[in-house]
Amino acid sequence: MSPAMSEEIGTVAAERETMVLHMGPQHPSTHGVLHILLTLDGETVVDAEPEVGFLHSGMEKLFESKLYYQGTTITDRMDYLSPMTNNLAYCLSVEALLGVEVPKRAQYVRVLLSELSRINSHLVWLGTHALDMGAMSLLFYCFRDREMILEAFDSVAGQRMNPSYMTPGGLWTDTNDDEFLPKVRSFLDVLPSKLADYHRLLTKNPIWRSRLKGVGILSAEQCERWAVTGPALRAAGVEYDVRKKEPYSSYEDFDFDVPVRDGCDCYDRYLNRMDEMAESVRICRQVVSNLPSGRWITEDRRVALPPRDILHRDMHALIHHFWIIYNGYRPPPGQAYVPIESPKGEIGFFIVSDGSNKPLRVRVRPPSLIHMQALPEAVRGGLVADVVACIGSLDPVLGEVDR
Amino acid sequence: MALTRDSIVAALTELRDNPDLAFRVLIDLTAVDYAHGKRTPRFDLVYALLSRRHVARIRLTVAIDEGDEWAPTVVGVFPCADWLEREVFDLMGIRFEGHPNLKRIQLPEDYDGHPLRKEFPLRGGHRQVRRPEDPEPVFGHRFRVR
Repeated sequence: MSPAMSEEIGTVAAERETMVLHMGPQHPSTHGVLHILLTLDGETVVDAEPEVGFLHSGMEKLFESKLYYQGTTITDRMDYLSPMTNNLAYCLSVEALLGVEVPKRAQYVRVLLSELSRINSHLVWLGTHALDMGAMSLLFYCFRDREMILEAFDSVAGQRMNPSYMTPGGLWTDTNDDEFLPKVRSFLDVLPSKLADYHRLLTKNPIWRSRLKGVGILSAEQCERWAVTGPALRAAGVEYDVRKKEPYSSYEDFDFDVPVRDGCDCYDRYLNRMDEMAESVRICRQVVSNLPSGRWITEDRRVALPPRDILHRDMHALIHHFWIIYNGYRPPPGQAYVPIESPKGEIGFFIVSDGSNKPLRVRVRPPSLIHMQALPEAVRGGLVADVVACIGSLDPVLGEVDR
Repeated sequence: MALTRDSIVAALTELRDNPDLAFRVLIDLTAVDYAHGKRTPRFDLVYALLSRRHVARIRLTVAIDEGDEWAPTVVGVFPCADWLEREVFDLMGIRFEGHPNLKRIQLPEDYDGHPLRKEFPLRGGHRQVRRPEDPEPVFGHRFRVR
């Protein structure tokens, strides 16, 4: 090549313009309706600007028109992949406002359901993340395993995906141990070998490693500045898990480890979530073998419905039941925020009560929205394909991002 | 803990930088609307911080008056306040002075109104879906559940 020609090519390269590309909102790999404006130089991402709000349905305003126990139905629809953890966060905040105590049995069942929800969410994460990376069969394997969890939810709450099973004070109804626990046990027996299969398929797979290792770096300092929590934070070396540091609902009774790695990349987030599934199995086993008998909801009659079997013969019970269902209960004026560790990160409901039977304000602290804010940090300088990997590894659920 | 509007940035900076406090994570930034005559500074701006080092949380509240709905941005102290402040602006209408990109986040750019305010009707009022031939909105009128 003559010197003049290479100089010409060099000049053209230096003047190359960037291109703005719309990724989404309708896109198979954005895990919902997420719109990202990518500024690209060739295939390198110069900047990414996520745009959210396509799934916004005013959930926070809906809470204000519902009684406190009705609010759990809205919480299911936020992070719809792990509905039980949303229920739990909401119920804990309302219980803090009310000042009621939840019986031990209800707390243990809540832990069990939260951990099953965690496995549920992580299985969907794994299936869709692998699908985005091209490993399509994992989607079907993960959803097949998830069927067992959904059947367990169905038997305990009557619904697979939006159970609303917890209520402030405890559980909506007692679990039918003869039906529910065998389903859980058989699932817990099956899952570890499946996880081993998924490890065999992915963890040392050279394609998987080359797509995820070193991609989407979010250092501990960046995680702190952008308030990233959950498995992504623990992949940056920060050992903070709300279940361990600020235990709620009897988590301190159980023996489990929290996976922490310091690679800060997508690969370590993947390993963290895989390990979290194994730890959740461990917690579930402990709950199932130590489940106490007792009440499933608080003794406080202002909050707990009377037993159903006396409703048809006792007038006072009937009135009591009607009163709570129709009018709800009135927490004293105040504010409460009880954070929990959801599969996505730290979630909590900041509830303000003005003493009436409907909340004045319910604010959801959405981990997925906050992680989407950190997405440009993670993808800048990478390739377009890495954006897909990062979205998958940060695991947003658009129901929670937009509410 | 209650704060005044002028002291927000300084207070948050101190909470973040003082090693005995080390509230280095902004967990949440939101607003509460106390309209319906319950209280006179109508809005409360709430900042929730977390100190991982000391495993402690703190919640700071700033009262904002109706008609004077603005606050200084804290994006310089906590970058993650960017979208959180945008959401408060979008849904509550509180402006943040000094914010680099204060535009709506959840709702369309040209939306009118701030839905989380108490006077905003639950179903959106005149913004409800309607076809040209309907004299009344499609939802919520004849089929309202009381």
